[in-house]
Amino acid sequence: MRDMTDQAILSPPVAVAGVPKIRMRGVRKAFGAKQVLDGVDIDVDARHSLVILGGSGSGKSVTIKSILGLIEPDEGTIEVDGRDVLRMGWREREALGDRIGMLFQNGALFDSLPVWENVCFKLLAQKRITRAKARDHAAEVLAQVGLAGSVGDLSPAELSGGMQKRVALARAIAARPDIIFFDEPTTGLDPIMGAVIDGLIVDCVKKLGATAVSITHDMASARRIGDTAAMLHKGRIVWSGPAGALGHTGNALVDQFANGEREGPIQMELRR
Amino acid sequence: MGAILLDPLAALGRGVIAACHAVGNLGLFALEATSHLLRPPFYGRLFWRAFVEIAWFSLPVVALTAVFTGMVLALQSYTGFARFNAQSAIASVVVISLVRELGPVLAALMVAGRIGASFAAEIGTMRVTDQIDALTTLSTNPMKYLVAPRILAAVIALPLLVLVADVIGVMGGWLIGTQKLGFVSAAYLKSTFDYLEADDVVSGLVKAAVFGFVIALMGTWCGYNSKGGAQGVGGATTKAVVASSILILALDYVLTEIFFAQ
Repeated sequence: MRDMTDQAILSPPVAVAGVPKIRMRGVRKAFGAKQVLDGVDIDVDARHSLVILGGSGSGKSVTIKSILGLIEPDEGTIEVDGRDVLRMGWREREALGDRIGMLFQNGALFDSLPVWENVCFKLLAQKRITRAKARDHAAEVLAQVGLAGSVGDLSPAELSGGMQKRVALARAIAARPDIIFFDEPTTGLDPIMGAVIDGLIVDCVKKLGATAVSITHDMASARRIGDTAAMLHKGRIVWSGPAGALGHTGNALVDQFANGEREGPIQMELRR
Repeated sequence: MGAILLDPLAALGRGVIAACHAVGNLGLFALEATSHLLRPPFYGRLFWRAFVEIAWFSLPVVALTAVFTGMVLALQSYTGFARFNAQSAIASVVVISLVRELGPVLAALMVAGRIGASFAAEIGTMRVTDQIDALTTLSTNPMKYLVAPRILAAVIALPLLVLVADVIGVMGGWLIGTQKLGFVSAAYLKSTFDYLEADDVVSGLVKAAVFGFVIALMGTWCGYNSKGGAQGVGGATTKAVVASSILILALDYVLTEIFFAQ
């Protein structure tokens, strides 16, 4: 078993000058008759944080799952560091997976394992760390997300929703990935805890120098964690720009969504 | 008029296609799971956890089933055989029925209810709460981590359970034979072992291993493919138990036919 050192768990430098970290072109995916993604084009630069917005069922989760390889798109290309993910062999895809972290909407913590084992799951699975050292490493990562080391011995079922989100964040960053995905990181949390989680996400992403892609409905969260934002509507990206501009972009559809207004193009479409 | 004739046929066709699709998926799932048994990494801790759950914690229910089956078998055989003055064959009938047939089938049905349901519910819950997707993002193959260790554990644990069930069932028959039917203990036991052959035991254990595979396969497959929330997991659990019970009974006939032909 390889011993865990900083060098052992650091991801290799992979940034390619002039090439976006993540590039999606013409990605389409249908489930039966429902066309969920209808030609999605996205570029995410290295060390940037992109927030994808969109209504329920607009294809945000499918977009992220396509990049992660959990869903196979029907058409299009998905590149990470200039390499086409969909044409990678399993070994290359596995190596890419080692550099990716993911925070799921409901945490998706493993009930059968204590918190410390959840946090260090990837490192243990890849034998990059001994079980004895994993406990110490878990305590360090838990401290980064504001949790005491003693939490490591608890079961996920014993934690509150906010604590579960923090543990899930700790698990996402424990192997020091250079790309991190956040699926609705503040859903189900009160506004203060949501702001705390957002702060932790920003800190962790900056500290790791990682590229982040988040999906959210929460505009306050989007402005806090995103450098840029993109709006997904009917399976297509209809707007992208600075996250700070959300609510006054000049795009009626995005502004209606960002400001939570009943009247606007989205409502009109529903009426039809 | 045409629709009245064609609609039932179309529904039948859709059902057949869906059944073929399910059988094909199950076959691929079984192949993939089996292939992971041969390729590292191996999850010894998960195998051991599943083995203990199946072999140790199923022991009480399997033992109870076996002891009562042996007792009932002895009583029923006595009632029937007395009509032909063939009471001396009771011990042989009890042991052969148990070892070849009732031990493996009843133990497997009990384990299907207990373990098949538990596998389907646990893996189904993991599916609907994104834990299986999380495994993939954590560089772990869910088939290797969740399915392969459970299948291996069930294939090894079921024969051991059946071996214990056979012994306990025979003891149940012996208890009734000696305490209620007036057999001499030594004569009953001699009669038990005189007519028992190694093939009887081996065929029962082979059946048990196959049933173990079926129980784990159906439990994990139904759980792995469950959809929706609590209702989906509940449906997967029911499907796992019903499907594995039917498959156990059907395969029992097929295996008996194979062994009988020999």
